[in-house]
Amino acid sequence: MSNIPGAPGAVDPATAPEPVGERKVSETLHFARRNPKLLIGSGIVLGLLLLGLIGPLFVTEGPNVYIGPQSQPPSSEYWMGTTSFGQDIWAQFVHGLRSTFITGALGGGIAFVVGTTVGFVAGYKGGLVDEILNMLTNVVLVLPALVVLIVAVAYLDVRGLVVQALFIGLTSWPWAARAVRSQALSLATRDYVDLARLSGRRTWRIITTEIAPNMSSYLVMSFILLFGGAVLIAAGLDFIGLGPTGGVSLGLMLESAVQWSALQLGMWWWFIPPGAAITLLVGSMYILNVGLDEVFNPKLREL
Amino acid sequence: MWRYMGRKLGFYGLTFVIAVTINWMIPRFMPGDPVRSMLNRASISDPEALERMTTYYNEVFGLDTPLHQQYFAFWAGLFRGDLGVSVWLYPEPVTDIILRHVPYTLGLLIPAIVLSWIVGNHFGAFAARGKVLDNTLLPVGYVLTATPYMWMALLLLWALGVMGGFFPTAGGYGFALTPSWSWPFFLNLVTHWFLPFLSMFIVGLGGWAIGMRNMIIYELEADYSNYLQALGAPRRLIRRYAFRNAMLPQITGLAVQLGTIIAGALLTEIVFTYPGLGTLILRSLNNNDLFLLQGIFLFVVIGVLIANFIIDIIYVLVDPRTRVQMTGGSS
Repeated sequence: MSNIPGAPGAVDPATAPEPVGERKVSETLHFARRNPKLLIGSGIVLGLLLLGLIGPLFVTEGPNVYIGPQSQPPSSEYWMGTTSFGQDIWAQFVHGLRSTFITGALGGGIAFVVGTTVGFVAGYKGGLVDEILNMLTNVVLVLPALVVLIVAVAYLDVRGLVVQALFIGLTSWPWAARAVRSQALSLATRDYVDLARLSGRRTWRIITTEIAPNMSSYLVMSFILLFGGAVLIAAGLDFIGLGPTGGVSLGLMLESAVQWSALQLGMWWWFIPPGAAITLLVGSMYILNVGLDEVFNPKLREL
Repeated sequence: MWRYMGRKLGFYGLTFVIAVTINWMIPRFMPGDPVRSMLNRASISDPEALERMTTYYNEVFGLDTPLHQQYFAFWAGLFRGDLGVSVWLYPEPVTDIILRHVPYTLGLLIPAIVLSWIVGNHFGAFAARGKVLDNTLLPVGYVLTATPYMWMALLLLWALGVMGGFFPTAGGYGFALTPSWSWPFFLNLVTHWFLPFLSMFIVGLGGWAIGMRNMIIYELEADYSNYLQALGAPRRLIRRYAFRNAMLPQITGLAVQLGTIIAGALLTEIVFTYPGLGTLILRSLNNNDLFLLQGIFLFVVIGVLIANFIIDIIYVLVDPRTRVQMTGGSS
């Protein structure tokens, strides 16, 4: 779910960033500070991150412990109310937020590493290697990731955050590979890359020192999109009951709310917060991405 | 054009082979014994019955023959339309169960995809008209695409179904009705269909609007737009050209997004217990019916491949460049 058609990460090769010899850092900062999309987006993401990092430290009992009265609406004692078993939803929420960040970072990170590696190698090497890698990318791109994941995860007896993130990462990389490939293709034919090649440097060195730095902003944006995608896929898996066994996550909260008919009982505090947190997190990441794009890409600033 | 089509067909064929192979490999190469864990979860206490069932399932899975034979047997069964027998609804064949649920999923998916694509594209083109409009509609679009399908479904179900009471909250048709070709049944079907459709439509809308908005801005900055402007062409005309050019990437986007949308449909169905493939997936998971799960996997993959091929054909019809190649013009 990481690919929004035409999202900033998915622009045509035609709009590929020009290689910038020395980007003036101060100039970038100047535009970054004046970009409301970037500021609001990153503010919300950082706020949620802090909540996920610090929140659980102030929750004394575990998130799934039955502590309070059952089915209580939000109050001063139970900030987000309790479930129909008397679990504190605030405790579940902050712990769930933390695991959401872990799955997003791990899953998105793995997809990023695989995707950029495949994309760079395909775009730079060209020829047969490119053909094969491109074919592989397209095959994985066409297969519906969530359905593949459902079947794969269904066979696992013990599931954890890391395993889930690993599976997500291994199925959601093709989009990034495609984007990076098209960028690398356009950069690989530039003069300075040819020069480096003539001087006999290793392929890997050329990719890491000549090509990658010139598309660093692009790479950052790809990672953010993959992060958001991983969060959404994980929530989907958790929702159908394939989440981490014995753990807590925002998707699992939604699942148990539906399973124990929170909707019919009118317990809105059980299913509104987790879904809202996912939407807010992923949405502000996307908006932050647009802001980043505007900062790095002078053409877009003028609009 | 025929070469293009041939290459595409070859690609889809290869993808299908890989998908089938993955589907075949997962139960066989995952750590642990699938039959054992299936029976463990079904919690059968009698050791003798457990033993008998293990041998039975091993036979049904074909796990007692050499690997390559299992692989070819899998393919042979597939071509006969034989995906095994369901464990949960024993002894009904998996294929029959799936075929019974497919119409509901298609009835939900196709209108949701087509309508959200059309409306979203116009919306996006509209948003690219001015800075103020853009700055208000853009964040809304991004938040909509960031919404998990099932959460949107939950919100609508709660607000319009449970609280408002305007629409039924579960199932594909009323419990009291038997399926028939009559008006009352059809109306009942539509009221049950509306909320799942609406939630998919709304989430889909945002993504298409954003994609179109980005493409249009890019096209409006292109040389031909500037040229037209310099010639003094009316803005409406320039926008129309930009819109037409921006449509092509959006068609590709449709192909790329298909898997995501289908996943969204499956999750939405689960919220509304709509009797399509999504609900069937949940049931087969809850009942440890791995045969059924694998059958659904193949069905979804075949569906995605066919849909992608149709989009490819549309692309050829719409894109003048592929048409030039078709008639043998210079390329």
